[in-house]
Amino acid sequence: MAGAIRELRSSFEDAIGALGRYALFAGRLAAETPRALLRFRLVVEQVHNAGALSLVIIMLSGLFVGMVLGLQGYDLLERFGSEESLGTAAALGLLKELGPVITALLFAGRAGTALASELGLMRATDQIAAIEMMAVDPVRRVVMPRFLGGVIAMPLLAAIFSMIGLYGAQLVGVQLMGVDQGQFWSQMRGAVELGDVMEGVLKSGVFGVACSLVAVYEGYHSQPTAEGVGRATTRTVVISSVSVLLLDYMLTAVML
Amino acid sequence: MAAEASRDSGAIVRVRGLRYRAGGRDIFAGVDLDFPRGAVTAVMGPSGSGKTTLLRLVTGQVRPDAGKVEFDGQDVAELSREALYRMRRRMGMLFQNGALLTDLDVYENIAFPLREHTRLPERLVRHLVLTKLQAVGLRGAARLMPAELSGGMGRRVALARAIVMDPELLIYDEPFVGLDPISMGVVLRLIRRLNDTLGVSSIVVSHDVREITAVADHCHLLSGGLIVASGPPAEVAASSREDVRQFMHGLPDGPVPFHYPAPDYADQARKVG
Repeated sequence: MAGAIRELRSSFEDAIGALGRYALFAGRLAAETPRALLRFRLVVEQVHNAGALSLVIIMLSGLFVGMVLGLQGYDLLERFGSEESLGTAAALGLLKELGPVITALLFAGRAGTALASELGLMRATDQIAAIEMMAVDPVRRVVMPRFLGGVIAMPLLAAIFSMIGLYGAQLVGVQLMGVDQGQFWSQMRGAVELGDVMEGVLKSGVFGVACSLVAVYEGYHSQPTAEGVGRATTRTVVISSVSVLLLDYMLTAVML
Repeated sequence: MAAEASRDSGAIVRVRGLRYRAGGRDIFAGVDLDFPRGAVTAVMGPSGSGKTTLLRLVTGQVRPDAGKVEFDGQDVAELSREALYRMRRRMGMLFQNGALLTDLDVYENIAFPLREHTRLPERLVRHLVLTKLQAVGLRGAARLMPAELSGGMGRRVALARAIVMDPELLIYDEPFVGLDPISMGVVLRLIRRLNDTLGVSSIVVSHDVREITAVADHCHLLSGGLIVASGPPAEVAASSREDVRQFMHGLPDGPVPFHYPAPDYADQARKVG
């Protein structure tokens, strides 16, 4: 019993310690942000790496999620005789929840793991040490552009996801199930408010910060071995996914 | 005072009373060392004797538990982050595997320190990069990516990058590991030639006795956390100390035993049976 309590206490202390280290690292990144934005070319390269290279998976997933939403939404709404509201249901679902959340989960799996493994390999192959030896701060030169690239790319990807998702829902609802096209779009435009759109934008922004922070922290602090890089990549996906779902609940509770 | 002492002694790096523990054992148990200006000084020793750790201490990547490491009279452990970075701009380091930045081509790897520390016009950056590439014989490889280079070429590009800021001290960490004989000969010649033509001081960490004794002016032999021999390579090779002889002549058994410590073989065999 005493052993179990000791173990619990030690895990709790570890968790608090890890949270503290994350907070310190986040503080450092925040302090470096204005200077990093001055070298915007480096950030743009990373927006390309994190964003443009994730486009295919985001667009495909958005299309399929939208199509499923169209089917399920139609099935549900038809029971109440209000299948014309399918556009509203799909738009609200995508903009407020599915767009930001699924994009963040996909982002963690594609761009987050790429970031973490890239930084981990840079550490394992002495590239980070070499940058330090050239009197250049690796956080400033290597980590910051990657972090900001992720933060900027995430809301853009979420917007594309929602847009393609809506097209998918329309494809199934209107073209396949026969919902009136005019009703689909007009009800949606009537019901969806700017606040709903902003909720999605805010969520995707927060998720972008969380996923990018986890990826660069885990990659930058990984053990310089093949096993260490693998572990950092796995931790990136696990911590990012859990954080996104937790933050989603907290943000939804605050904004509803 | 310390700076004067260091300059008077003619040493660019001075180590005094160095103690450093890691992984529950003494890596250095009171080491005194001098690295003379303008000379190629080798640090040799068996694997795990702390050669690379010594470089990490000299470059301020880790701090000693006791004693001090001075670069040009400055105690490295006492330097602020900014002062440490200023000091590192006076050093060039060649890592064991080259450590080229894999997302940049050869040209951009060498231009990296210039772009980070100076605001030189592109024409001048180009001139400097091509000059350094010419010095290592790889001007024609400027637009190759690191993944397209052989081990020896990668090492030479890293060397060009290390000298692009005109450092006073060049540090080589195991520069011959994994190189074929031709590349090894090229790197050996470059170490000597760069040291003499650029007027720098060089520290070469290696356990390749034959290669390093051919190029070094001085050598220090590390073993068991202490310096067991120092002096010109020929003098160290002629040492009568058993541990020095074992290392310099590559003898499989001696003070460093062939067998890792283990219980009695017969006892262990009986227990298993």
